[in-house]
Amino acid sequence: MNKPVSSHAGTEISTWQAFCATLKRDLVIALKRKNDLLNPIMFFLIVVSLFPLGISPDPVELSKVSAGVVWVSALLASMLSLDNLYRADYEDGSLEQLLLSPQPLYFLVLAKNIAHWLISGLPVVVLSPLLAYMLYLPSEAYWTLVLTLLIGTPVLSLFGSIGVALTVGLGSRGLILAVIVLPLSTPVLIIGAKAVTDVMFGLPIGNHFALLGAILALALTMAPLASSAALRISVN
Amino acid sequence: MHTAPQAPATVSSPLMQARALFCERDERVLFSGLDLDIHAGELVQIKGSNGSGKTTLLRILCGLNDDYEGDIHWKGEALYEQREDFFASMIYIGHRVGVNRILTPRENLRWSASLHAPADDIRIVAALGRLGLRAYEDIPCRNLSAGQTQRVALSRLLISPASLWILDEPFTTLDVQGVKNLESLLSEHVNAGGAIVLTTHHALNVTCASRALDLDTRRAAA
Repeated sequence: MNKPVSSHAGTEISTWQAFCATLKRDLVIALKRKNDLLNPIMFFLIVVSLFPLGISPDPVELSKVSAGVVWVSALLASMLSLDNLYRADYEDGSLEQLLLSPQPLYFLVLAKNIAHWLISGLPVVVLSPLLAYMLYLPSEAYWTLVLTLLIGTPVLSLFGSIGVALTVGLGSRGLILAVIVLPLSTPVLIIGAKAVTDVMFGLPIGNHFALLGAILALALTMAPLASSAALRISVN
Repeated sequence: MHTAPQAPATVSSPLMQARALFCERDERVLFSGLDLDIHAGELVQIKGSNGSGKTTLLRILCGLNDDYEGDIHWKGEALYEQREDFFASMIYIGHRVGVNRILTPRENLRWSASLHAPADDIRIVAALGRLGLRAYEDIPCRNLSAGQTQRVALSRLLISPASLWILDEPFTTLDVQGVKNLESLLSEHVNAGGAIVLTTHHALNVTCASRALDLDTRRAAA
């Protein structure tokens, strides 16, 4: 077994490779743990389908709240699955290995956040038209709902990641994760739900999309940095 | 336990240098004024009773813990300015070994390699084989024993180009053969010009330059 010692000339690994490998790793883990994959989707479906039972099956009543219901359920489904993001890695020591990589932590954390979104956010986006139909959302608002969720759910994963990174080292976290993450996520919820409601009333929605896009840009650039710093503190 | 250096790296500046390290935990001073030089071509064993700060010292050296006072230099320059080069030349295996239970040994090593230096499948399989895990490459790690999981983590040493190994209790769960394997691995690395810092309660039997730092006697002397 030839083992080169202290010479890594020509064996540099690129950040892109490390990014892809981390993304792939998290997706493979999720695919092997069917529960993690199904839990957020099932939760989303159950919560949304309880509303017609709790409020009223009346189409007029339901269509008024439909946008808010789908958005709130998407937010809760995302939060429910957040814990998987770093917990197992923290407990088995993989997180330490991640922190000790020569690659920029920003991209490795971003890869993990994207994996989390692909697992918990994207299925919600894909299923949302079906649930919107169930809740009698007017058909002209379908695309707005899907688009707001498509822009909004990555923000939920990225901001949520900060909260998990801060709390991963704590023994019993209880509600502290929600207390940290919800204030960051609620603007997305408000704007997303408002955009869908405005479309139902025929109002312009360009400004809502501009705001959502701005929040996503902010989250993509800043949130992984905050998560990285929080992870270093948690592992300390 | 002093043996003559067999592959004397030219008496050069140390690879890593710690000066006046001070660390306290829960209002208890673990160590103060600790100086430690780590040269290429030597193994440094950190000794001490449970709770004497061995793990904390290793975590400070590898950059996971920054809750200390003092200076650490890597190749003559402040560690925090050399992070990227340091992380590329250092491998740390803690008592949480960093092996995911759902993935197979092969998948675990592939990811480790991608974080540090590329390693193809042939090298990964060879590394696992050398640690006695032939035919276990594709079994989920949750089905492996604690010792085998430890061996998966140790296989990383073979696919990594790192010159400095920082190992926290690498012998704990290994069987007799595993201990011998690891000892010869350590000796090979040091004799090839690498450096190792490790903690263990096990009586080391290595054929390379080695010395010990005892945190208990330091404290008693202070």
